[in-house]
Amino acid sequence: MASEKSSSDLTLLDFWVSPFGQRVRIALAEKNLPYEYVEEDLLAGKSERLLQSNPVHKKIPVLLHGGKPVNESLIIVQYLDEAFPDTPSLLPSDPYARAQARFWADYVDKKVYDCGTRLWKLKGEPQAQARAEMLEILKTLETELGDKEFFGGEHGFGFVDAAFAPFTPWFMSYEKYGEFKVAEVAPKIAAWAERVGKRESVAKSLYSPDKVYDHIGVLKKKYGIE
Amino acid sequence: MSEKVKLIGCFGSTAVHRAEVALRLKSVPLELVVEDLTNKSDLLLTHNPIYKTVPVLLHGHRPAVCESLIIVEYVDEAFDGPPILPSDPLDRADARFWARFLDDKCWKAMWVALWTEPGETQAAWAREAKENMTLLERQLPEGKNFFGGDAIGFLDIAVGGIAHLLGVFEEIAGVRLLAEEDHPALCRWAREYLSDETVRQCVPDRDSVLVALAARKELYVSTAKAMTAEK
Repeated sequence: MASEKSSSDLTLLDFWVSPFGQRVRIALAEKNLPYEYVEEDLLAGKSERLLQSNPVHKKIPVLLHGGKPVNESLIIVQYLDEAFPDTPSLLPSDPYARAQARFWADYVDKKVYDCGTRLWKLKGEPQAQARAEMLEILKTLETELGDKEFFGGEHGFGFVDAAFAPFTPWFMSYEKYGEFKVAEVAPKIAAWAERVGKRESVAKSLYSPDKVYDHIGVLKKKYGIE
Repeated sequence: MSEKVKLIGCFGSTAVHRAEVALRLKSVPLELVVEDLTNKSDLLLTHNPIYKTVPVLLHGHRPAVCESLIIVEYVDEAFDGPPILPSDPLDRADARFWARFLDDKCWKAMWVALWTEPGETQAAWAREAKENMTLLERQLPEGKNFFGGDAIGFLDIAVGGIAHLLGVFEEIAGVRLLAEEDHPALCRWAREYLSDETVRQCVPDRDSVLVALAARKELYVSTAKAMTAEK
């Protein structure tokens, strides 16, 4: 993780395994922007700085640029594109392609994390429902990806790739709790996951599926779930 | 741009309103297709298979643009005319943040407070709704008429539904959420917003909106129930 005091005056308040924080780390790495990484130990409580920087939601990630906070992972990624226009952009330049990228990143935002959480938190019928939804989500994303190398298509690795890549280490956990295989349900997504996993910005921002699985175990204990 | 623009919408929708205002601000000639959401057309279902809802923007031969705030940003970028989003990246991030807050937190609390039976639960949601309105109100720049400053901008468009539809919902529900004594700045903003000449083109007369929306009360009550089940 980058932690040099930054010449671009960027600080990221984050939590190691958060897929939302990882989106920002990926974007910063793609743009080669140095920044100070600050780990917020969310299981221990929230720091004063976090509470002041994001008083509305009190959540990470928070990007501080010259001390000014930017909140919400996808908003931060767009901000980085706009504030650092001389760096490789994650959104394409065509307005229609941008609208599509925003739509699919928003789809990932609305669907994947919540459904995944229900998959490992719940049992019985509600869990079965979460499983069915997760399969539907993966198939929908599979259709959108199609035969493209990246969701960004002609643009290359882009906004939707950065939005969805952090969830790839969670696939193993979803598979275990949902009793399915991504490679069977959505083989193109599985192949894409392997491809993005090798990309430098992604590889250095994500943790292994085992670590994610263990983290879920810690959360379950915390919430008193069997 | 001389390509045809079609907006699939429905009567009395805060989301559709956003798309329409954005298009009219850019003076884009458009064809409005009015959907009956209880009987969705093939046109709608084909163009928005994921969410099956309005608004949906069809611009020339391009496949659809869906989701109201995404449509507004698209309109800002695809058409000439007065800018909708501010130019400074930090201001843009702020506008996007508060628009999200409005949708994820503010409208949810208001909606549940409107359509839940009176009691402790309803009162708690009403309190949350008012707190959220206070947070939103604080985003109005000092001495300016709009969230966007001197002219209507992204956040004004996003919040627009509060100006022209909240009052109607309040009347149907018999619940008061936005009051002058609690939120004078937001109320003043609403009046300014509604007197804007572009916005006026997008706001049908209140009586016909009231009649149409009153007929949907049962639907509103059930969507509010579903929202509380989610939490």
